[in-house]
Amino acid sequence: MSETQTLRQWLLTETPTSRRHAKISAFYKGWLTLRSNTMAMIGLGILVAMLFVAAAAPLLAPYDPFVQDLGNRLAPLGVEGHVFGTDSLGRDILSRLIYGTRITLYIVALVALIAPIVGLLVGTVSGYVGGWTDAILMRITDIFLAFPRLVLALAFVAALGAGIENAVLAISLTAWPPYARISRAETLTIRSSDYISAIKLQGAGALRIITKHIWPLCISSLIVRVTLDMAGIILAAAGLGFLGLGAQPPSPEWGAMISEGRRFILDHWWVATVPGLAIFTVSLAFNLLGDGLRDVLDPKAGE
Amino acid sequence: MALSENNSEGRPIRAPLFHRFGPTVKVILGTLTSIIVTLLGLLLVTFVIGRIMPIDPVLSIVGERASQANYDAVYLQLGLDKPLLVQFLYYLWDVIHLDFGTSLLNARPVAEDIARVFPATLELATIGIFFGIVLGVPLGVLAAVNQGKWIDQIARVVALIGYSMPIFWLGLIGLLIFYGILGWVGGPGRVGIFYVDVVPSVTGMILVDSIIDGNWAVFKDAFSHIILPASLLGYYSLAYISRMTRSFMLEQLSAEYVTTARVKGMSEWNVVWKHAFKNIRVQLITVIALSYAGLLEGSVLTEIIFSWPGIGSYITTALLSADMNAVMGGTVVVGLIFILLNIFSDLLYKIFDPRAK
Amino acid sequence: MNVFNRLLTGVAIGAAVSMSSLAAYAETPANMLVIANRIDDIITIDPAESFEFAGSDVSRNIYNRLVYLDPLDLDAGYKPGLAESWTVSEDGKSITFTMKEGNTFESGNPVTAEDAAFSLQRAVILNKTPSFILTQFGFTPENVAETIKADGNTLTITTDKKYATSFILNCLTATIGAVVDKKTVMANEVDGDMGNTWLKTNSAGSGPYKLDSWKPNDSVTLSLNPNYSGEKPTMERVIVRHVTESASQRLLLERGDIDIARNLNPEDISGATAAGGIKVEDELKGQLMYLALNGKHPVLSKPEVRQAFKYLVDYAGMQDSFLKGQYTTHQNFLPATYLGASKENPFSLNIEKAKELLAEAGVEGLEIEAGVREAQERIEIAQTMQNTLAQVGIKLNITVGTAKQILGRYRSRELDMYVGIWGPDYPDPQTNAGTFAYNPDNSDEANATGLLAWRTAWDVSDEMNAKVEAAVTEGDRDKRIQMYQEIQQEFRETSPFIVMFQRIEQSAMRDNVMNFSTGQAVSSAAYWQVTK
Repeated sequence: MSETQTLRQWLLTETPTSRRHAKISAFYKGWLTLRSNTMAMIGLGILVAMLFVAAAAPLLAPYDPFVQDLGNRLAPLGVEGHVFGTDSLGRDILSRLIYGTRITLYIVALVALIAPIVGLLVGTVSGYVGGWTDAILMRITDIFLAFPRLVLALAFVAALGAGIENAVLAISLTAWPPYARISRAETLTIRSSDYISAIKLQGAGALRIITKHIWPLCISSLIVRVTLDMAGIILAAAGLGFLGLGAQPPSPEWGAMISEGRRFILDHWWVATVPGLAIFTVSLAFNLLGDGLRDVLDPKAGE
Repeated sequence: MALSENNSEGRPIRAPLFHRFGPTVKVILGTLTSIIVTLLGLLLVTFVIGRIMPIDPVLSIVGERASQANYDAVYLQLGLDKPLLVQFLYYLWDVIHLDFGTSLLNARPVAEDIARVFPATLELATIGIFFGIVLGVPLGVLAAVNQGKWIDQIARVVALIGYSMPIFWLGLIGLLIFYGILGWVGGPGRVGIFYVDVVPSVTGMILVDSIIDGNWAVFKDAFSHIILPASLLGYYSLAYISRMTRSFMLEQLSAEYVTTARVKGMSEWNVVWKHAFKNIRVQLITVIALSYAGLLEGSVLTEIIFSWPGIGSYITTALLSADMNAVMGGTVVVGLIFILLNIFSDLLYKIFDPRAK
Repeated sequence: MNVFNRLLTGVAIGAAVSMSSLAAYAETPANMLVIANRIDDIITIDPAESFEFAGSDVSRNIYNRLVYLDPLDLDAGYKPGLAESWTVSEDGKSITFTMKEGNTFESGNPVTAEDAAFSLQRAVILNKTPSFILTQFGFTPENVAETIKADGNTLTITTDKKYATSFILNCLTATIGAVVDKKTVMANEVDGDMGNTWLKTNSAGSGPYKLDSWKPNDSVTLSLNPNYSGEKPTMERVIVRHVTESASQRLLLERGDIDIARNLNPEDISGATAAGGIKVEDELKGQLMYLALNGKHPVLSKPEVRQAFKYLVDYAGMQDSFLKGQYTTHQNFLPATYLGASKENPFSLNIEKAKELLAEAGVEGLEIEAGVREAQERIEIAQTMQNTLAQVGIKLNITVGTAKQILGRYRSRELDMYVGIWGPDYPDPQTNAGTFAYNPDNSDEANATGLLAWRTAWDVSDEMNAKVEAAVTEGDRDKRIQMYQEIQQEFRETSPFIVMFQRIEQSAMRDNVMNFSTGQAVSSAAYWQVTK
C-alpha cells in the first residue's frame, strides 16, 4: 500500500520536481476531478464499451451483418435469436448495429482529427500574424460560418459523390470554423502575454512560437469543444445517411439504418428505433463526457 | 445540426474591421463592407459548388425522356456554354439589382419562392426559440443555483438528452404518439387541408395572418400543427440555452458582490434574479440570438418529417436538382440573417458590456 | 427554489392542457377531395412541356383533348372528346376531326378547331421534351402550318406516311394532346414564347377543373371550372398535398384528414387496411422496373452473361417481400394490358444455371458498379442483386445518388448497370418498342440519349429495328399483335435489359370515396367522377 501511497503523493505534490512531473501531476488532478463527476464517468464508460464492441465486432455479432433472408424480414424484437429483430431484407439488426459502431467511430475519429487541426492552423496563424492575413482568414471563416451547415455538407457530398469518406470531408468542412475562432481568440490572449514577449526576446521565430508555445495552450479548450461537438458530428453523419448521401448500401451505418427503417415506423417501429437509440446513447455519452471535461479544463465554467 | 454552434468562445463573430475605426460612420461603413464581402463570398462558394456538382441542371428541367436536341436547347438557354466567370458576373449583376433570377425548375422568381417558404421557417423558429427561452433559462438558473445537487444533475441530463437526440427520429416518434395515437396535435403540414389558403396571406406566417384576419379557427388549427415541430426545435435550443445560462450564472454566483449581497442578508431570490441574472442578460441574448439564427437556417430534417415547406427543405430540394438560382437566393437570405443577428449581438456587447469597451 | 418548480410545473401542465384541447377534425368536407401524394416532380403544368407523373395528373383534370379516355371505362380505349367524330383519308395519311359544339374554356371563350390546331402546332414549335410524341408523325416547326390545319369546324392533321390510326389517336390522349385556349395563352405571350412561361403556372383549359394554385413541394389546388360544359363534378375543390413520408400519409388518412393516400408502402398498406374505415384499390400501372447492362462493358456484353443475369434476379422473393402488392413479375418490355403485350415470364432465380452460363463465358472475379436512384425500393432491389450476384462470385458495388446524378451517368453510358423504372408515354406499344428495342445507330456520336437501347449501348440488330418500324405502320390489329409478340420474344432472350416487374399502384382511401382512378397503365389520375 505504501508504494501506491507514494505514487499518489508524488502525483499530488505541490512542489513538482520537473516540468514533466508538473504536467503529469496536473493531469492526474484533472482526472480526479473528472472521476468525481459520475455523469462524465458514465459517458466515458459507454464510450469505452463502444470501442470494445467495435474492436470485437466479429466475435460479438451473432450473424453476418450482410446476409439477407427475405423470408424472415421485419422479425420483431427477441424472435428466434434475433434480439433486435431483422430489417427489411431480413438482416439481423443487432449484428448490423455492432458493425455499425465501427463506421460511427471511423467517422468520429476522422472528423475529430481533421476539423480541429484545420481550425487550429487557421486560427493561430490568423491570430498571431494579424493584419491582412487575419482579415482575409477571418472573412473566409465567416463565410463558412454563415453557410447553412447541413446545406454546405450536402453540397459537398453531392459534388464529391456519396460515400463515407466524402461525408467525413463534408462534415469536417462545416465543423472547422468554430475551432478557428477559438484558437484565434486564445492566440490573441497568449500573444500579448509577457511570457511570449520573453521568448521572442530570446530570438524564437514565429513558427517555433506557434507550434511550441501557442498550440499546447489552445489544446485544452479544443479538446472540450471537440468532445461536445462529437454528438453533433454523429448526428450530422446520421443526417447525411438519412438523406441517402452518407455510407452506401449495404453498409450498416446507423443513420442509413434509421432511414431504411423509417418506412416501417408505424408497424415495425424497432427497425428505426434501435439504431436511433444507439445514436442517442453514443452522442449522449460524448456530451456527458464533454460536459465533465469542460468543468475540469475550462476554468470559466467551473466554480 | 439546426443549432449553430458557432459561438464557441461565447463571443459573437466580430468583423476585424469593426473595431479598428473609432467614429460611428467608419464603424457603419466597416460593418457594411464586411457584410458585403461575406455575402459575396457566400455567393461565390455556392456558385462554384453549383458548377462542380455532378448534378446536371439541364436534366432536371428536360427530364428522362429528353432527346439530345431538347437537352442542347436548354443548355444554351441557361447560358451554360459561357465561361464560369461570365456566368457568375451575370448573376451578380442581377443580384445587385435585387433580382435573384427565376428557379430553373419551376420558372418562378426565386424571391417569390423565398417569400413563401421563409415565413414558414420564421414562424417555426420563433415559436421554437420561445420554448427554448421560457424553459431553458429558468432551467439553467435552477441548475446553477443548485450546483452539484440532484436538480443540477437532472437539468444536465434533460439538456444533454436534447442535444443527443437524432431529431428526425424523435420527430417521427412524436408524430406517431401525439398525432397518430393521441390525436392531441395536428398532423404534417402547416394547417389542416381545408384551411389551406383560407386567410389572406399578409405576412406569410399563418398564425399572424389568421390573427390579422380574426379567423380563430385557422389560428387554432395552425397552432395545433406547429406545436409539435416547434417543441422539438425548442427542446433542442433549450439544451443549449440552459447549459450556457448555467455556466454564465455560475460565474456570477461565485463573484464577490454576490457573497457581499448574501452577507448583507439580501433574499436569495433577489440575489439570483436582481443581481446575478441581471448581469448575464447580454451574454444570454447573444446565445439566444445565435440559437435563433441556427433555427432560422431551417432544419431540413424536421421540415421533411413534418412536411413543413420551409427554407431548409427548399434549399435542399433545389440543391439536389442543381437549381442553383434557388440555392443561391436561399443561402444569401439565410447568410444575411445570420450576419445581422451576429452584428446585433455584437452591438449589444459593445453597448452594455463594460469589459468589451 | 420552490417558486421555480411551481413555475415549471405550471408551464408543463398548461402546455398539456392546451394541446389536448386542440382536437383535430375527423372528416374532410363533403365537396372537397383531399389527396396526399408526392408532387415534387412537377416542374411545369404547361401541357406542351409537362411529362412527369404528378404534372400529368394536374393536366388531365384541367384540359380536354380531341379524344378522351373515360376513367370509368378505360378498357374501351379512346372515345370522342372535344372532337365528336373523325374520318381517315383514302391514303391513310390524313385524319379530319369534327369539333363538338358547345365546349367552353375557363375564360368563357368557345373551344374551336382553331384552338385545337394551335395547341398541337404550339407543342411542335416549342419542341419541349414530350414533343417527340407528335413529331414522330413527321410534324416539324416548319411544316405545322400545313400539316395541322383548322378549317371552320374541322381540324385536319396530315402525317408523313401512313400509320395505324389507333397509334395516332392513342398519342393524342397523352398530356401533350391537351387543347389550350389560344386567345388567353397568346395574350400572355412573352418574347415569343407562345405563353410557355405563363402556362407553366396557370391554366387555360376546358376541363372539369381549373388551377387555383400550385405551390412547388407543397400543394396543388384545383376548383371547378365555372364554364365546364360537362356534368358538374361532385368534388368542387381538389387539394393535392405534398407529403413525402409514407408513415405521415398513413397517419393523415387514418385520422381522416385526407381522403386518399397515394404513396403508402406495402407495410403501411397492410397496416392501414387493418385500421378500419379504409379501403385499398389496386390498379396495374404501366411502369416497368428493369436492369440495364452496359453494352460497352467487355464482360457484360457477352450473350451468356446477359442470360446469366436474368437467372440471378430473385423475382419471386422480392415480389413477395418488400415489393409485396406493389409490383408483379413481368419480363417483357410491353406492360400488361398494352396491345400485343406478352405474358410469358420464363426466368426465375436459378443460381446453378447462372453459374453454368458464366462458366461458359469464362467469367471470373467480376466486379461491377450499379447506379441507383435514392428510392428505397430500388436500393433494396440493388442490395438483393448484390446478394445473389455474390453467390456466383460477382461483386456488385452500389452507388446511390439523386435522380439527376444517376440519370446523367446512365445517359452518358458510364454505368455498368442501371436499376431503372420506365413508364410509357402514351397508350400504344410503340412507346416502349421505340425505346427498348430500337437503336438504328449505336455509335457514341449518334448521341441518341432519348433511346434506352442507345443509353445501354445495345447494338440492336437491323432486323429488329426493321420489325419495330414495320409494326408501327401495320394497320391490321392482329398482325400488329403478332409482330410485337415476336419482337418481345427475341428481346427477352437477347437484350441486355432485364425487365423484372410491372408496377401496381395501391391507393388507400377512406371507404366512402368512390370511383377514384389513377388512370391504370394508360393515363393519369382523374378526379371529376369521384363521389363520396
